[in-house]
Amino acid sequence: MATVESTRLNVFKTYKLYVGGKFPRSESGRVYEVTDSKGKWLANAPLSSRKDARDAVVAARKAFGGWSGATAYNRGQILYRIAEMLEGRREQFVREVGEAEGLSKSKAAAVVDAAIDRWVWYAGWTDKIGQIVGGANPVAGPFFNLSTPEPTGVVTVVAPQDSSFLGLISVIAPVIATGNTAVVITSEKSPLPALSLGEVLATSDLPGGVVNILSGKAAEMGPHLASHQDVNAIDLAGADAALAKELEIAAADNLKRVLRPQPVDDWSADPGTSRMTAFLETKTVWHPTGSLGSGGSSY
Amino acid sequence: MPTTLTAFADVTTSDSALRRFLHGLPGVDAVGLEARAAALGTRSIKTTAKAYAIDLAISMIDLTTLEGADTPGKVRALSAKAVNPDPTDRTTPMTAAVCVYPDMVATAKAALNGADVKVASVATAFPAGRAALPVKLADTHDAVAAGADEIDMVIDRGAFLAGRYLETYELIKAVKEACVRPDGTAARLKVIFETGELSTYDNIRRASWIGMLAGADFIKTSTGKVGVNATPANTLLMLEAVRDFKEQTGIQIGVKPAGGIRTTKDAIKFLVLVNETVGEDWLSNHWFRFGASSLLNDLLMQRQKLSTGRYSGPDYVTVD
Repeated sequence: MATVESTRLNVFKTYKLYVGGKFPRSESGRVYEVTDSKGKWLANAPLSSRKDARDAVVAARKAFGGWSGATAYNRGQILYRIAEMLEGRREQFVREVGEAEGLSKSKAAAVVDAAIDRWVWYAGWTDKIGQIVGGANPVAGPFFNLSTPEPTGVVTVVAPQDSSFLGLISVIAPVIATGNTAVVITSEKSPLPALSLGEVLATSDLPGGVVNILSGKAAEMGPHLASHQDVNAIDLAGADAALAKELEIAAADNLKRVLRPQPVDDWSADPGTSRMTAFLETKTVWHPTGSLGSGGSSY
Repeated sequence: MPTTLTAFADVTTSDSALRRFLHGLPGVDAVGLEARAAALGTRSIKTTAKAYAIDLAISMIDLTTLEGADTPGKVRALSAKAVNPDPTDRTTPMTAAVCVYPDMVATAKAALNGADVKVASVATAFPAGRAALPVKLADTHDAVAAGADEIDMVIDRGAFLAGRYLETYELIKAVKEACVRPDGTAARLKVIFETGELSTYDNIRRASWIGMLAGADFIKTSTGKVGVNATPANTLLMLEAVRDFKEQTGIQIGVKPAGGIRTTKDAIKFLVLVNETVGEDWLSNHWFRFGASSLLNDLLMQRQKLSTGRYSGPDYVTVD
């Protein structure tokens, strides 16, 4: 007996990149097959080229002024909004993460919950990191001397290869929480949760260009992003040892900040603040205290 | 081939004769024009051809600053950049000219210090062109006397749109005479139509013919001060006009798209239009110019990319 459902055509999703707040296909027109952990076909994902990476850097640079200039409180609100939107799409991400990483439904749900909680955690940090790593320095003179953390700029993130969602969020959120903008190369094997994350970011008040998501080969795009003169830092979380070495050499040319890959056994563990502080610069300003008149300093 | 305007002597004798001539020009197929311009914009220019196109485009730039806030310091900085666009690479060609307001001509001239970069000055109550004829001529005389090599004049769009074609023609002719220096040489005259205000492609073709008949050395799309500036379609139309004019009179006239050309990709599209429409004769800065300022930075970044293999960034070119 034919059911009503079986007469309905399948509606397949076209996964697309997320660049500058839009969803383009790869400039090259290329795609590659994405399979689940057992080798079953899931979808075709765009195979990004170096020109997609170049466009993403332009978008990230354009977004940097507005995002780094937004108040920390506002950035926190927007990051929290992302967590809210993820919560609404929880079922979708549980399915995608389960397929990508071969997890049971309950285990995948635990991963997605941890990822959403991670956004909330970083959302809280936006207006607190300044107090932790900045401060008033005592100096021998009638001056206020204040150090404040400033975002580094455009950060290229090579996302972890195995943890396609929790790992991804654990490397994106700390970069943008402090006011940087990001160009992310997804896990090559499991890009679908990352590409779906783009759809969430687009509906979360996050300005276009703050996060740009490219699926494809880190080995193809990485060298161009590492040597790009308008990229200020690179996070090599998902690069293997050989690629990491190559990219670190390429990155030396304009003195990019480089965060070397560190082995992570359990992405759900407390991440600490090191990923945020890796992409912060310290700005120190001197300001005279009042009363420098003939009466002398009142410091 | 004739090299005179004698064939067109009677069309400028009266307003009605000029109107009859201009309205007798073939109408422009707007859809076809835009499709042709778009089709020529899809050419892929790579590697050595791209390197050649970038250097050619740099050498064709009229590096422009036309702001109320222009200071002598800014004009000097711009002039230095025109002579030496990329201080890290001395093989970079100079731009064609710097383009400034008349009161800044002397400053620019002094800053260029004899380098092979022309000084172009806007004149005739730029950008609106709303002033009496004596004022416009005095404006032009001032710029020429201060040492301008080229004059960028605006037509009176009000008169043109009201159908007073002969008045527009006479204005250009008068300014052309004002470009003559005491020693008998003359500054080259560029005539700006402000295509964004002419409403139709037919009007752009008519304005081009008025300019060419009146003795313009260059016809130029726009001031850069209105919403729609140079587009591939209106530039293609003007290129067709200079091509037709040369066929009929033997006189070659330059074209200058200005405003809104910001990327290397755009600039190369315009060069393709030139090559395909009027040919190599126009592929030099004597006959084709870009009115632009931010375009130069993008060209320099692309040039750096080609020579080093690394993508460059705005931190490595001057901010202006």
